[in-house]
Amino acid sequence: MDIQYNEAELAFRDEVRAFVAEKLPKEISDKVKSSEHVSPEDMITWQRALYEKGWLAINWPEEHGGPGWSPIQKHIFEEETAEAGAPRILPFGLNMVAPVIIKFGTQEQKDYYLPRILKSEDWWAQGYSEPGAGSDLASLKCRAERDGDHYIVNGQKTWTTLGQHANMIFVLVRTDTTVKKQEGISFLLVDMENTPGVTVRPLITLDGAHEVNEVFFDNVKVPVENLVGEENKGWTCAKYLLTFERTGIAGVGISKAALEHLKQIARSEQAEGKPLIEHPRVAERLVELELELMAVEMTNLRVVSAAEAGGVPGAESSFLKVMGTEVRQKISDLYRELAGPYALPFPDFEVGEDAFGPEFSASASSTYFNLRKLSIFGGSNEIQKNIISKAILGL
Amino acid sequence: MDFSYSDEQRMLKDMVDRVVADQYSFEQREKIIKSDTGYSPEVWSQFAELGLLAVPFSEAAGGFNGGGAELMVVAEGFGRGLVVEPYLSSVVLAGTFLDAALDDDAKAEALEPIIGGEQKYALACYEPNGRYDPFWIETTAQKDGDGYVLSGKKAVVLGGDSADRLLVIARSSGDNPGKNGLSAFLVDGNADGVSREGYTTFDGHRAAEISLDNVKVGADALVGEEGGAAAPLQYALDRGIIALCAEAAGAMEVACDLTLDYIKERKQFGVPIGSFQALQHRMVDMRISLEKVRSLALWAACSLDAPDAERRQRLAAAKAMVSKAGRHVAEEAIQLFGGMGMMDESSISHYAKRIVLIDHYLGDGNYHTDRLIDLLVEENAAA
Repeated sequence: MDIQYNEAELAFRDEVRAFVAEKLPKEISDKVKSSEHVSPEDMITWQRALYEKGWLAINWPEEHGGPGWSPIQKHIFEEETAEAGAPRILPFGLNMVAPVIIKFGTQEQKDYYLPRILKSEDWWAQGYSEPGAGSDLASLKCRAERDGDHYIVNGQKTWTTLGQHANMIFVLVRTDTTVKKQEGISFLLVDMENTPGVTVRPLITLDGAHEVNEVFFDNVKVPVENLVGEENKGWTCAKYLLTFERTGIAGVGISKAALEHLKQIARSEQAEGKPLIEHPRVAERLVELELELMAVEMTNLRVVSAAEAGGVPGAESSFLKVMGTEVRQKISDLYRELAGPYALPFPDFEVGEDAFGPEFSASASSTYFNLRKLSIFGGSNEIQKNIISKAILGL
Repeated sequence: MDFSYSDEQRMLKDMVDRVVADQYSFEQREKIIKSDTGYSPEVWSQFAELGLLAVPFSEAAGGFNGGGAELMVVAEGFGRGLVVEPYLSSVVLAGTFLDAALDDDAKAEALEPIIGGEQKYALACYEPNGRYDPFWIETTAQKDGDGYVLSGKKAVVLGGDSADRLLVIARSSGDNPGKNGLSAFLVDGNADGVSREGYTTFDGHRAAEISLDNVKVGADALVGEEGGAAAPLQYALDRGIIALCAEAAGAMEVACDLTLDYIKERKQFGVPIGSFQALQHRMVDMRISLEKVRSLALWAACSLDAPDAERRQRLAAAKAMVSKAGRHVAEEAIQLFGGMGMMDESSISHYAKRIVLIDHYLGDGNYHTDRLIDLLVEENAAA
């Protein structure tokens, strides 16, 4: 038993660190570290840098442009980049639709879409959730009816993250209403830019941000060659996507960076004549979060190590999702508390976020409220517990 | 990085599991706890024969040269079986102290009776006024000719009721609180001036309140350097914390398994109660608590040789997590068992008691959270 990285793993970590130090612009990492708004251009800048290095599609097979890394290498890469303040890699193209195309798509689909995803030429959005289909995703209603060489799509998708920037969307649609709900679903690729009838409307979340959208389909004509896999077998694609490579799901690197940010705030901010970190309750909260985060970090490493030895992470990733999101939310809670009275001003995106109070406080409440989403999306934490109950506990 | 056991570690685990399965059924354990000695001399000599009493000692001391991982393997197995043998007190605490304090020739001789199982030792360190602070020592060691005179009181000395010899930590100089001036002495358990009041603990172990009233010892009773006991004491306590955290992980694993079996079998309203989502999610939360303890116990066990701040952080984190997550599992286990969880005849109640009370050995959650805060303060001063 050896929980330390071996020499080759340490050398790889140094290689990642050196690359990040050279290629990640400081103005971007500063924004990420202080929870400021990261623009689409910032994300694309970082993705292009990774693409040039061959490190963008870390979960893809080598033949399609993946780097051929082991689970431990992927883990090191994800942790190092997150801790250094790299923007998150948008998952919708790289880690959601691409694996489905690689597994179920036609040769033409692979040849066309995969290089465009690698080069960040397409911005993908996810068309899964509907107003009436959240945790019970299979009850979705968005219809697609075959009409010659096309499907005619009618219906609505919602919670479409960053859909306002997207030109492509993958959509789960109902192609057969006469069978069991899981058996009448198909997986379609829709060009949002060049297909009439697609409308994107913003949804403003409680933190005032425009991050999610609703997408309406009004007699949208989608060519049949945009079907991935077989008609009515879309649920298989959907499930595959939801279990694909989820050892990074705990987000330990992001939480570590966020906790480090809090420590810096606690050192520099004063209350009653001394730094916050010297207030016993603040110190206690900080170490309790550190303790929880250490537990997640080591649990994550145990799962990665098992994956390295050939065990495929299955329902274990549900543990990681619950543990990782809980600690990340608790960190954001302390962030809001550290802002004190300056958690109050609502961020005014027109005049800039840091109009009142210390600079760090501008994002405190918005981060706290925004991150409530973590335990809701990607399969709510209650759904994860249902999965564990069934798959691991046999209940 | 590779978290799997080596062949030797796997063999050690199988060996511990086998002896625990053979010797520590619920009924056998009850009998052992209620016996005069509170442990089983037969099991203890079997441990000696199997080499288990040598696991954490250096090769020079005649040991197995086991590190934190090997100690964890053994203690986890003991935790699964709720073993009440005086392993922590004699081997882990008193034994590793001697291993750390003495030079190679002396340690081999000193540890022989412990490894062979002929004698049991107990570490008499903590005191009534010190609570969980191992360095708060009011017991005095005064020079007396070539030897010393020891006087003071020792609180809740694990295994102190039946130990053949006591490893007494006393202050030969310096003031409280202070690590300097602490010395260690090996004292016969029945020496003149030593009085012991033994009792059974809430979790089935044995301990004693010990008074030292002008106990005269020779110069040869001094272990290691005069005034130099703090470092070997820390060495021993670190290993004690590893053993306790691993034991907690083992006991929590069984508590989770027993609870899961129970909610699958127990029927109410015509269905197994495990079909209720309210209970399923609580069961999942118990497993999450178990994973947290497993992870941090493992991290601590593999950090004994890490740089000072990292070692301290991981040990304190593991013990603090045992406090929090252990109590959670114990309380939920009782709740999910319902009335049966309240019964002395149910093994789950004994697991719950051990898991909760492990918090009260070698510093509880509050104590170790304070140690993490110490580290935060040091980090802050350096920043």
